[in-house]
Amino acid sequence: MNITTLAFFLLSFIAVGSAIMMITSKSPVHSVLWLIVVFFSISGHYILLNAQFLAVVNIIVYAGAIMVLFLFVVMLMNLNAETEPIKNYRLQLIGVLAGGALLLVLISAIMRIDVEQVVQMKTGDAGLIKVLGMTLFKNYILPFEISSVLFLSAMIGAVIIGKKD
Amino acid sequence: MFLTIDLAFIIEKLILIVVVVSASLVIAMYATFAERKVAAILQDRRGPNRAGPFGLLQPLADGIKLFFKEEIIPNFSSKALFILGPALAMLTAVMTSAVIPWGDKVHFFGRDISLQIADINIGILYVFGVVSLGVYGIMIGSWASNNKFSLLGGLRAASQIISYELAMGISLIALLMITGSLSLKEMVLQQQAGHWNIIYQPLGFLIFLICAFAECNRTPFDLPEAENELIGGYHTEYSSMKLGFYLFSEYINMFISSVIMATLFFGGYDMPFVNEASFSPNMAALIGIAALMGKVVMFLFFFMWVRWTIPRFRYDQLMHLGWRILIPLALFNMLATGGVILYFHK
Repeated sequence: MNITTLAFFLLSFIAVGSAIMMITSKSPVHSVLWLIVVFFSISGHYILLNAQFLAVVNIIVYAGAIMVLFLFVVMLMNLNAETEPIKNYRLQLIGVLAGGALLLVLISAIMRIDVEQVVQMKTGDAGLIKVLGMTLFKNYILPFEISSVLFLSAMIGAVIIGKKD
Repeated sequence: MFLTIDLAFIIEKLILIVVVVSASLVIAMYATFAERKVAAILQDRRGPNRAGPFGLLQPLADGIKLFFKEEIIPNFSSKALFILGPALAMLTAVMTSAVIPWGDKVHFFGRDISLQIADINIGILYVFGVVSLGVYGIMIGSWASNNKFSLLGGLRAASQIISYELAMGISLIALLMITGSLSLKEMVLQQQAGHWNIIYQPLGFLIFLICAFAECNRTPFDLPEAENELIGGYHTEYSSMKLGFYLFSEYINMFISSVIMATLFFGGYDMPFVNEASFSPNMAALIGIAALMGKVVMFLFFFMWVRWTIPRFRYDQLMHLGWRILIPLALFNMLATGGVILYFHK
């Protein structure tokens, strides 16, 4: 067992463990914090796959921005384990159905994986920023530009909404 | 279990980490002292001068005082998160130092030791990521305090940091278009060979500087701890060394952002008008560290100068500046940089 395998098992353990903690913890704020731990361990997995850019962008976007907003909203709503109403039977049933459907999809995806194709640990260069940039700006320039215009318009939209005095 | 580890490499990096982190802590310690001295000079006072010669032992006395203060944890707070808050603030403050090139390499015991803990090819993005995590320490601590003033301070900090991160990111994109590299080491080498980036990116530097003030929660952007409206802001409920950690992490953040600004825009460890190659490697590294520290001290002084000169913004003014002035300016800067690069085919 080399150090990469060890890191893989450690990260997987943290990811799965904190995902379970996120679902089972009563307080929404704790759930958000556990989810942040999940994002960190997934970023660790990206680094093991030599996808440093993906790893750091995952942290900047998800852990650094989106989860801050989640935390912001949860803190403002002041949700507590004591005040949280117990969900009724029908909602619980719908939740189980939706979760089960997702599980089905995931299992069917995992079943189709080609086990012969080994994951490239530490060696692949698909995630390096140079390769990624070349692919984005050569093969996928149009979708890339369209999505960047979308982001820009979202940003300007935020400014305009803020301007409404 | 069999682990293949290059032992000398690990020891070398461990020593480097210990040196860098403790140096950052000591410099931040003396930054608190310098802050009080600068404030005293600007207000025509003497400042702390009792502990040791010229009051030089004052930070030590402050630290000991904080350690011996009574530790109060509010009854209705969530205890684990209450402790996690200041710990995270400190951790994220120190973590950035990992990718900063503190100097070129030194030659010891027949080994070339690079004065940078990790030269990763996404260095600047790593810095950006850690900075965006810095808000968690404040938010978690403020929520765990179970106090309305703390929570308001924490929410202010979060919205402020998110807003200014955007302009900071866009101003960095313009810089990256010029350097063409995300590695901080590579950027310093480019500036050593050519001109400092401040010449190409004056507007980008100005935006970055303002955003750095906002990210460090420094005056005029210290709304999260505005004492006349929020008591102590996010650290109202904190006492003893936990409070010390919060206050101290602000100085480490200041130090680190000074280093980042010096590295990105002012040539890092490059000493101007000196050819480093004409010295022995160890001497050149020493000169490089001295040059970097000189630049950092100037930035730190600027941080303090501004704090004791300019009053605090109102909250809507802060958001106005961030969203309606800095972001359009940063976008313009990016566009102009792109246009110039395209025109000159650089």
